[in-house]
Amino acid sequence: MNWLRSETPINFLLVGLLLLVPLAAWALEEPFYLTLATRVAILALAAVGLNVALGLGGLVSFGHAAFFGIGGYTAAILANHASSLQPLTTWPVEIGGSDAMLVIWPVAMVLCGLVALVIGVISLRTSGVYFIMITLAFAQMIYYLAISWPAYGGEDGLSLALRNSFPGIATALPFNFFVICYVLLIAALYLFARIRDSRFGAALQAARQNEMRLAAVGISPFPIRLMAFVLSGMVTGLAGSLFADLNRFVSPSMLSWQMSGELIVLVILGGAGRLFGPVAGAMLFVLLEYILGGFTDRWQLFLGLILLGVVLFARGGLVGLLAGKVRHG
Amino acid sequence: MQTALLIEQILNGLQFGVMLFLMAAGLTLIFGVMGVINLAHGSLYMLGAFACAAAAAATDSFWLGLVASLAAAAAAGAIVELLIIRRLYDRDHLDQVLATFALILIFSEGARWLFGSFPLYLDIPPVLSGAIDLPGGARYQLYRLAIIVVGIAVAVGLYLLISRTRLGMRIRAGQSDREMIAALGVDIRTLYTVVFALGAALAGLAGAMVGALQSVQVGMGEPVLILAFVVIVIGGIGSIKGALVGATLVGLVDTLGRFLLPKMFALFLGASQGTTVGAALASMLIYVVMALILAFRPRGLFVASA
Repeated sequence: MNWLRSETPINFLLVGLLLLVPLAAWALEEPFYLTLATRVAILALAAVGLNVALGLGGLVSFGHAAFFGIGGYTAAILANHASSLQPLTTWPVEIGGSDAMLVIWPVAMVLCGLVALVIGVISLRTSGVYFIMITLAFAQMIYYLAISWPAYGGEDGLSLALRNSFPGIATALPFNFFVICYVLLIAALYLFARIRDSRFGAALQAARQNEMRLAAVGISPFPIRLMAFVLSGMVTGLAGSLFADLNRFVSPSMLSWQMSGELIVLVILGGAGRLFGPVAGAMLFVLLEYILGGFTDRWQLFLGLILLGVVLFARGGLVGLLAGKVRHG
Repeated sequence: MQTALLIEQILNGLQFGVMLFLMAAGLTLIFGVMGVINLAHGSLYMLGAFACAAAAAATDSFWLGLVASLAAAAAAGAIVELLIIRRLYDRDHLDQVLATFALILIFSEGARWLFGSFPLYLDIPPVLSGAIDLPGGARYQLYRLAIIVVGIAVAVGLYLLISRTRLGMRIRAGQSDREMIAALGVDIRTLYTVVFALGAALAGLAGAMVGALQSVQVGMGEPVLILAFVVIVIGGIGSIKGALVGATLVGLVDTLGRFLLPKMFALFLGASQGTTVGAALASMLIYVVMALILAFRPRGLFVASA
């Protein structure tokens, strides 16, 4: 694990910082910074999901907002049915809503996994630019479906009366909710590291570096990429359902192409394929949004300029810049 | 009455298709020659619309506005190519996506800065206002008909440009082998700038023409851009013929789907629920068509000779 060394101190710093900020905010009773830190944790979780497909597999999915949004809508729709006591469906069996996170998370992840499976089967038959455009198009399809389906708010979005519940924890308290998000983020990072170092991860990265050689050693790249895409969608979907709980609101903007673009930006700002890249990217993004947004309404203009600078001149992302080591492949 | 309505919807579909063709032709040309995916193409469309609205407001002439939109979009395209896109030719698609995504943010905020957040309105030129009678008792807006004519003219013009002129020959040569054409002494860098400006001008033209039908506002370009992506994925990336067929198909399927599906579902499910279900499905229809075509032909209908 030679390559890991230069990154390790930075990784600990990042994780520590993300825990320290809310602790300080909690102590100083500044709930705003707690919300900011929770936002970082959730966006980082979504980006960890994308990092499986994009960083490890080299699959430039411009449609991950679809999973983020489906996760969000799952949480909002189940919670709304739970509070109105209307069943989701009465046939063939009656299925009611739920406001328990432990029910919502698996439902959101399974749903996102299924959608990712369908999108993946079609779009992974292609590669390169086709893949980018097709994933973008499918995300747009789901976006328009959410807009034109009036039962769940349509263009106006859907709000949650209360934050969903977790056994034994008062989720309405901002600090408790942050801890839930933080623990899930750490779990996802652990999972990411395990995937990366597994046989599956090795094959996935080999498919990115040289598809032909992978095929030559007898491994077909398609099922491996499909698996990675499904896993990736599931993790991003989980983040989406947390995001719905954070804002207690979902709207089609969670499904929009801008969201997909921002998720890619998070991964790239931090450094694609690096374990803590998404965490660094999400921190930088939320920080930029907060600082630039503080003194100008035009913060997206500056975000665009910074992004352009990173793409043209700083190719390893933030972690690459700090660790000073270019990733190979 | 029903046939008249149907004819009107078919013409609307064609008009939409023609507009998509103007966007898709530029995108597919830029990808075919330079191998670059340009997300900022929608921003050039928006730029054309804003330039037309601003110039038309200043001079009281739609036609001067149209000239301004072509000039502004082509100039912006050339500048963007010289400053940024040029550095992306030997990068991977991810870098191209990110850099052009950054360009979208810059263009959108820039436009909001210059023109404000409120939409601008552009009047249809007096010569083209009004409607004409069609066989079957339908009446159709003259301006939309003019858009269809312009689109067909552009398609023919592009065909002649690419198959009959020296510039077209170089574009085709650049599409098949860039190193070879550079080795033969053609200034490939200038050619790239010209192709990019040409694509940008087509997007600007589309934006200006549609600007008179809808409002001109920030963010108007991206939905069209994504549909143009669907068009070139269906048609085959790099193929202008594919862009034409794909654009017509997407324009007709989308417009007729939105017209017919709610009516069809209303027959089965009753008026209100049927209309809702039909409208929701109609909004997904072109993506389903795209998925079906890709399932059988993963590289699109017309594979460009590369």
